[in-house]
Amino acid sequence: MIEVCDVLIIGAGPAGLAAAARLKQLGAGRVIVVERETAAGGVPRHCRHSPFGMREFRRVLGGPAYARALAERATNMGAEIRLGTTVVGIERNGDLAVALTSDTGVRRLKPKRILLATGTREKTRAARFLTGDRPLGILNTGALQSYAEKGLAPFRRPLILGSELVALSSLLTCRGLGARPVMMIEERPAPLARASFMFLPRLLGVPVRCGVRIADIHGQKRVEGVRLVLADGSEMDLACDGIAISGHFTPEASLARAAGLEIDPGTGGPVIDQFGRTSDARIFAAGNLLHPVETAGWCWAEARRLAGFLAISLSDQLPEGTVASVHPGPGIAYVVPQRLVRGGTGLKQLQLRATEPVRGRLATEDKGKRTLSRRRALFPERRLLLPVPDLTQAGGNIVIGIED
Amino acid sequence: MRVADIAVIGAGAVGCAVARRFALHGASVLVLEKEADLLSGASKANSAILHTGFDAPPGSLELACMQEGYAEYLDIRGQMNLPLLETGAMVIAWTEAELAALGPIADQARANGIGDVRLISPAEIASHEPHLSGRALGALLVPGEHIIDPWSPFLAYLLQAKAHDAEIAFSSEVTGGAFDGEIWTLQTSTGERRAKTVINCAGLYGDAIDKLLLGAADFEIRPRKGQFVVFDKAAADFLRTIILPVPTERTKGVVLCRTAFGNVLVGPTAEEQKDRVRATTDEASLRELVRRAIDMLPPLKDIGVTAVYAGLRPATEEKHYRIAAKPERQWITVGGIRSTGMTAALGIARHVYRMYDSSAAPPLPEQHLPLMPNLAEHLPRDWSQAGYGEMVCHCELVTRREIEAALSGPLPARDFGGLRRRTRCAMGRCQGFGCHARIAELTRGYFETPLTIDPVA
Ligand SMILES: Cc1cc2nc3c(=O)[nH]c(=O)nc-3n(C[C@H](O)[C@H](O)[C@H](O)COP(=O)(O)OP(=O)(O)OC[C@H]3O[C@@H](n4cnc5c(N)ncnc54)[C@H](O)[C@@H]3O)c2cc1C
Ligand SMILES: Cc1cc2nc3c(=O)[nH]c(=O)nc-3n(C[C@H](O)[C@H](O)[C@H](O)COP(=O)(O)OP(=O)(O)OC[C@H]3O[C@@H](n4cnc5c(N)ncnc54)[C@H](O)[C@@H]3O)c2cc1C
Repeated sequence: MIEVCDVLIIGAGPAGLAAAARLKQLGAGRVIVVERETAAGGVPRHCRHSPFGMREFRRVLGGPAYARALAERATNMGAEIRLGTTVVGIERNGDLAVALTSDTGVRRLKPKRILLATGTREKTRAARFLTGDRPLGILNTGALQSYAEKGLAPFRRPLILGSELVALSSLLTCRGLGARPVMMIEERPAPLARASFMFLPRLLGVPVRCGVRIADIHGQKRVEGVRLVLADGSEMDLACDGIAISGHFTPEASLARAAGLEIDPGTGGPVIDQFGRTSDARIFAAGNLLHPVETAGWCWAEARRLAGFLAISLSDQLPEGTVASVHPGPGIAYVVPQRLVRGGTGLKQLQLRATEPVRGRLATEDKGKRTLSRRRALFPERRLLLPVPDLTQAGGNIVIGIED
Repeated sequence: MRVADIAVIGAGAVGCAVARRFALHGASVLVLEKEADLLSGASKANSAILHTGFDAPPGSLELACMQEGYAEYLDIRGQMNLPLLETGAMVIAWTEAELAALGPIADQARANGIGDVRLISPAEIASHEPHLSGRALGALLVPGEHIIDPWSPFLAYLLQAKAHDAEIAFSSEVTGGAFDGEIWTLQTSTGERRAKTVINCAGLYGDAIDKLLLGAADFEIRPRKGQFVVFDKAAADFLRTIILPVPTERTKGVVLCRTAFGNVLVGPTAEEQKDRVRATTDEASLRELVRRAIDMLPPLKDIGVTAVYAGLRPATEEKHYRIAAKPERQWITVGGIRSTGMTAALGIARHVYRMYDSSAAPPLPEQHLPLMPNLAEHLPRDWSQAGYGEMVCHCELVTRREIEAALSGPLPARDFGGLRRRTRCAMGRCQGFGCHARIAELTRGYFETPLTIDPVA
């Protein structure tokens, strides 16, 4: 007997759990959330420091408490959460089906709809092509956070690579472990986090240097040091016993890709329309799988909204047919959603990211007609919102880029 | 103190195969390895191609060892559950000059006994590999070139040696020694050891060991680095065959192929260097490899990079294997096993055994056969069987049961690299983003160099 359900949610992070609670609230029937980890909550489970939960619970919570609260709410609403269960494949020929593995073996399950909420991770040392040896002690912030959550330390005197919010999280995590970062470096000429956040390294006595690259990593067993190329081209050797690599997010889209869903080269996640539908209208996607990276609160709110559309789709009431596709132009890394369908409501805003910090005019081009919006300052790791264009005519190829 | 019949210096691909062969003949074997685990030298990072020897120098010892090694691998792999990914290879001509070179390569292959090679047209290339760049002018199809798991076989060989009473001493660097006319006394970092015959399988240190213990070496190791880029498993949909370039005098060139673990890799580079320790990767070379890979297989442009690595070939000033016996010193050197040693290891081991015992006494009738856990993507993995406990590494689907098995048994993993090679944990697309900390927790107390350090007080 193959198990069936109305909605299968893959991933119990803030997005998956928000959608589960909302779907149950809307009476979507049987909702199952599967999570490969042995606990629900996604990334925030390991973030002990940040403020979470204002939007969701009107309280300031730590990451683990926030994760528990999200899981509790979903369970209380009647969603089933299955932990230690990994989705290893999605079948789309004929009825939707997924293959699941857990300690009890491999099973299949047939849902009417799937919501992918598999989140994001940081680009690895390998994917960033860092030069040098490959000893122990080179980790992404996500791994560092899980070390900290377990009370384990991978290093004592690391170098922090990156300067967006997650790099700052790395600093705080180190502090919690009694580790003292030797320096924070950023390849770009200026930090990516807002200036007001950059008091933190100063407060912790960690020097920040921008325009700096790693030219070499030394150490056979553990990291022993790095060679840096400074902004003026000079080189410097720095002793350290680890490197915390942050940022450069990439969606956890392997499942979506293996299922043959259309992938957006800009985000690295599945292409969606303004209702959150992927290239298979029975499969939706939400959370940081769509846009690396947004905060937990954003993912939560967006997933709630998309869950509403998914609920409507269960009774086949969402509009069909692509009217326009949206593409990133010069200076823009990605735009989500990438496809727009005429009619209905859907997400009201497009989300954009710049490739480099720039100040310029955002220009939208649609079938040769161009509309210029006002001057904006854009930063790579910060969200920019634009209203979804009013689609009155059929067809269209909207390009959004930056001018001068 | 026990006097072993044979001391093998080095637990690389060659040392493991040699230890097995001697143990199977009933010799008492001692393996001395300076690192914490096997395959920590040249052998940890290669292309993992089981070569037919089609382009090897005709009549060479290298060719003979490769063919004998290839045959024995096919012979024993079933008994030990070792994988074979049957891909075949195409030597692709991208230029007119290369196209002209294919004929002679085909002749050489046939002379080397590889009778099933044939020249194919661009149309046939496209029918084998529809995603390959259309610029290929022709190719030599070599159906017998295949892919294996580059680590499990050698662990299997060492396990088998151990089951036949071989003693394996890790973290035991040979630092000196003397021969008294009958017995070798070797100084190691874990104490003195004695053996009647020494077999030097020290890879990148082959010349150094000969110098240290014999006073001179007949060759000089000139490390040649090879860097690789491994693409995400999504890439495997676009490639079946091993894509080889037309080889040059110096190198077999940059290869594009699948791995037994379901990825696609491109590499290696060929870079001469003095250093025998550092096998660094560098951004410029890696980007160049990616560029070349995309040039050959355009769909790779949208596929992420999973891993990068580099290995050092124990090359010497001459191309051929440097295998020599010094019977008066009860010594055999197996040096300069440059770029085909993974394929040839079993053949080299047989050759060395024949040098040692010209009567070639038959192996023991009863053989212990270790059964290896499968890590290859095209065969069932542990996660498909219930009762695995917990999924530890999500990218490579490595279970707690697999990790625990690798940490126990006769040859447990003794460092993180060893655990990765035994299970694939943290070798996938997230490189430990999700599982590193859990692995640190599960391996506490097991490794010489642990993943964690003591927190600052
Ligand atoms: C290192 C790091 C630090 C961050 N710090 C902060 C912070 O301090 N504050 C903040 O607001 N945001 C932070 N973020 C952003 C964070 O991604 C979001 O807060 C939020 O977790 C996104 O929610 P999500 O549900 O989209 O994804 P996730 O929280 O990543 O959840 C995805 C879930 O899907 C599961 N999953 C994936 N594939 C499968 C499968 N095949 N089968 C079963 N389950 C699967 C995963 O195990 C995971 O639990 C951080 C992100 C990273 C990477
Ligand atoms: C880039 C690259 C690609 C390759 N591709 C292929 C391929 O596709 N197919 C193929 O068949 N082959 C391939 N090879 C070749 C193959 O990997 C080598 O031929 C083989 O690994 C050599 O093994 P080895 O045992 O001689 O050396 P090693 O693996 O270096 O083993 C020597 C061992 O001796 C130990 N040692 C050294 N000094 C001492 C000491 N003083 N005391 C104790 N122990 C000591 C070392 O720690 C080491 O473990 C490739 C090699 C490289 C580098």
